[in-house]
This record gives sequence, C-alpha cells and structure tokens, in this order.
Amino acid sequence: MLQFAIKRLWQSIILLFIVTAITFFLMNLAPGGPSSMMRMDATEAEREAIAEQLGLNDHVVVRYGHWVANAFQGDLGVSFSTGQPVMDRIAERFPYTLKLGLWTILFSVIIGIVVGIISAKNRNTWKDHLINFGSVIGLSVPSFWLGIMMILLFSVTLGWLPSSGVGGDTLFESFSRYIMPVVILSTATLPTIVRFTRSSMLEVISQNYIRTSRAKGLKEKTVVYSHALRNALIPVISIIGVLIPRMLSGTVIVESVFGWPGMGRLIVEAAQARDYNLVMGVTVIVTAMVILSNFIVDIVYSKVDPRVKNIGN
Amino acid sequence: MSQAQEVEIKAVKREPRFRSFLKELSKNKVAFIALIFLVLIHVVVFLGPFIWTVNPDSTDPRNALASWSLEHPLGTDDLGRDVFSRMLAGGQITLLVGFASMVFTVIVGGLIGAIAGYFGGWIDTILMRFTEAMLSVPNFFLVLVALTVLGKSPFMVIIVIALTSWMEIARVIYGETLRWKESEFVEASASMGSSSIRTLLKHVVPQIIPSVIVSSTLGIAWAILSESAISYLGLGIQPPTATWGNMLQNAQQYIWTEPILGILPGVAITLVVLAYNFLGDGLRDILDPKYQKK
Repeated sequence: MLQFAIKRLWQSIILLFIVTAITFFLMNLAPGGPSSMMRMDATEAEREAIAEQLGLNDHVVVRYGHWVANAFQGDLGVSFSTGQPVMDRIAERFPYTLKLGLWTILFSVIIGIVVGIISAKNRNTWKDHLINFGSVIGLSVPSFWLGIMMILLFSVTLGWLPSSGVGGDTLFESFSRYIMPVVILSTATLPTIVRFTRSSMLEVISQNYIRTSRAKGLKEKTVVYSHALRNALIPVISIIGVLIPRMLSGTVIVESVFGWPGMGRLIVEAAQARDYNLVMGVTVIVTAMVILSNFIVDIVYSKVDPRVKNIGN
Repeated sequence: MSQAQEVEIKAVKREPRFRSFLKELSKNKVAFIALIFLVLIHVVVFLGPFIWTVNPDSTDPRNALASWSLEHPLGTDDLGRDVFSRMLAGGQITLLVGFASMVFTVIVGGLIGAIAGYFGGWIDTILMRFTEAMLSVPNFFLVLVALTVLGKSPFMVIIVIALTSWMEIARVIYGETLRWKESEFVEASASMGSSSIRTLLKHVVPQIIPSVIVSSTLGIAWAILSESAISYLGLGIQPPTATWGNMLQNAQQYIWTEPILGILPGVAITLVVLAYNFLGDGLRDILDPKYQKK
C-alpha cells in the first residue's frame, strides 16, 4: 500500500508539471504574450515598469521556475484583473463546482448502475436496444444545445425550473437549480457507466459461481443482486476515475449556459481577460481535483476488491 | 514462400472480408441506416449549393428573421441571410473541420501509439506515461486557454482539437501494435530480412487498420461536438463563415423569439454525431472481433 501511494504521488507530481508547463508556455509564447494584458494607453515607461514589477523581463523558463517555487509554498500569485490573490478568487468559486460535480457523480452512478443492470438482464431485447440507443444519443447531443433547449422547455415554456444562477430562499429552490446542470453534465458520464455496468454484469453472470448459485435453487433476485452485482460493480468503480476529467471539462460549458459561478466559468473569464496567474491557478486546482478524486477511487477500489491489494507491484 | 502462394493466401484472406463487408453492415440495421444517412447528408451539403444557389453571406436587413417562404424555405436569420443556404455552407465547414481534426488526431495518436508499442523500452514508458497524463487532464480547459491565446482560425481549431483528443487512439494503436508485433507472420517477415520499417508498414499496419477505422469514425463525432462547443464559447471559426456551431451561438440571443434558428443547427449536429457514433459502433462489431457480441 505504501509503495502504491508513493508511486501515485510521483505520477501526480509529473502530471501537475506537464499540465502547468503546457499551460504556462502556451500563454507566454503566444503572440501578444503577457504584455498584451496591459492597458492600451500605457506609455513605454509604464510598460517597462509593469514588466519589471511582474518579472516579465526574465526568460520564460526562469519565470516558470519562479511560478513553481511559489506554487509549492501555496502562493499562486495575484489575479491581474481584480488584484485579489488567485487563491481567494478560486476559493470563492471552488465549492460550487465541487457540489455540482459530486451531485453529478452521485446521480450518474446510481442511475447508471440501475439502468446498466436492466440492460444486462434484458440482453438483446427491445429494452436493451432502447437503453443502448439512449446512451448513444446522450453522447451525441451537444451539451450546451441541450442546455438551451431544456431552458426553453422547462424554464420558459413550462416555468418549472429556474433558468440560471445558484442558491435560493428555500431548500427546494436551491435544489431545483441543480437539476438541469446535473442532468446535462451526466450526459458525458452516465452512458459510460451504463455500458460498463452492462458488460461487467454480463461477464459475471456467465461465471461458474453464478451457475452454482442458480443450481442451488436460489431465487433469481438473490443471484443477481447479492451474488452477481457485488462483483460486477468492482470494475464500475474504476471507470469513475476516468470520467471525472471528462465531467470537469463539461463544467466549462454547463456553467456558462446556466450562469453557475464555478471553476469552469472562472477559466473562461480568466482566459478572456488574459489573467495569466488566474488561468494557471485554475488549471492547477482543477488538475489537483482530478488527482485527488482518482486517489480516492483507487483506495475505494482496493478496499472493495481484495485481489488488487498489490496494485503497486 | 513463393510469390504465387503469397498472392493466393492474400486472395483467400482478403476477398471475402471486403465482399461481405457491406452485407455484414446491412445486417446491423442501425449502423446501415447511419451510413446511408451520412452519405445523404454529405451529398446534400456538398452538392446542394450547386442547386440552391442563394449566397449564404448576402444580407437583407429588411427581411431579417423572416419565417419560411418559397424564397427562403427555412426563413432568414437576424441579418436576413437565407438559413437554408447557411445550413448547407455551415455543414460543409463543420463536416470538413470534423474530418480534418480526425485525420490529425489519427496521425498524432497513431504515431505515438505505434512508436511506443513497436520500440518498447524507455520510449514506451515515456510516451505511454505522457498519454496517461494527458488522459487525466480535463482537456477542455486546455482547449479554451489555447484558442484564447493562439487565435481562432479554422486551422488552429483543427490542431487544438487534435492535440487534445489523440490519447484514446494512441492507446488503441499501442495495444494493437503490441499484439501484432509478437505474431508469427511478423517474426517470419523479420527473419526473412525485412527492415523494421518494412515490417511495420507491410505487416503490422494492415492488421491495425480495422481499429483505426473504428476509432476515426468515433473521432469525427467527437471532433464535430468539440467544434460546436468551442463555437458556443465564441472561440471557434468566426462569422461570417458559417458553421453549425457558430450558427447556434448566433441564434442564442434570438432563441426566445425565433427558436427555430437554434433548433435547426442543433438537430443537424446531433443527427450527424449520432450517425457517426452508430456507424462506429457497428463497424466495431464487424471489424474488431474482440468486441463482437457474445
């Protein structure tokens, strides 16, 4: 377990380096570069002063080194557009994306597993085909378009759900704001969980111990739910780790459609304002979210499946 | 092995595969309908403008947001442009961007996967670790930053989509290369003195092609979706050039009054992506025995 943790830590650090380096060099080597964030009417002397103050005259590799050194001490710099520390701006937005993400995962795991089991139990019948058809549709609809269409239907025409924003006076109101964003974010994750549960169930059902439990005369329900499902779910846990980056990508669009004040919106604002420190900060935190969630998934996985204890070797 | 024998074996092995390909595809009704739909939509989009010759960019402010008529079968948009001809012109760009992104994705992913699989050792370790790392990046964040700072030309859109979505294909090709490089006919070819490049191109690559076809079909679907999402954020191909994605973005402000402007391109994108996904799934069932339904 310790060996596994160390290996994981190494991989995480490498991942963080790759992501931050790509983002940093992308922004700094682009035409226009960091100086383009300055005011248009700044004089030459002012430009020089600002460049000096921000350390923009150093070589880009040196600047990246500085950034990494500061980041290691928890200092992500100051947001150019508002003058607040980057950490504060992220701390404002982070909880919203976290909540949205957790609800989405919960929703897609529960619905995905249930639908996947239905699909497997009715293999090659119309139910199975219908579920498969629905999964492919979910993966094929542009999420922002689905969002706009849902707003058109549920907010404008029917008036059932609020079209944007967060919070509300009543618990029901703040809950209702989650419904559409969660459903749309789930179109990226739910179909994969359904497919995975289905194929995993089908594989388990053909195993000998299932045949044995059937031969013993156990009820079909007992066979499916207490013998097959338990083992079928193990690989499903592992796929959640893969789905988290995909879901976070989805937040960029969904948060923009629904005016959700989370990290996805923040990166759009930061990129448009060329707020380099903020872009770097959001990228790091989002990557760290992925790393942390993958780590949790791995721990759960090794707890559930005794066979993967020696995962690191 | 004499040349005649080699030819004969090829004939035995290959001919039935290609001859029965369409037959097998027609058994999978959904995939077959998807293929027919895709052929039709490409014909309409690329040949349609020769028949429907209205200029998609010519504006007519007095006739803005008109509903359908004989003159404008799908009505006009906010600048009085003919929606039908813009759907055709936009479809061309969307489909071409999807196809081009897929080609670049396959090149990048294919090279990385094949090199890692074929050469093994530290090259393998570095490349596949990098692939794994890229897979766990929420890549839309990178897409967004890249397009904001690098500009929004069609070429940039294609490159950025390719550079953030090559990983799945790299893994598929990597797995296939590992599988085939140990096989007997590859060993035989090497032992008869073929260079490693020749072996790779002549014997390994043909085995991989079915997987590449499946991945690229699904890749086009992904690229079209990405293009539309990028356009939604205003970072895609810029107006007046129409794409289905930027038509949707433009329609957003009129969505409450003229919902049809937003519904049409969205339905078009969904149907094309759906068809590519179904076709890809169907092709996988036929071409890739590993995935065949039990």
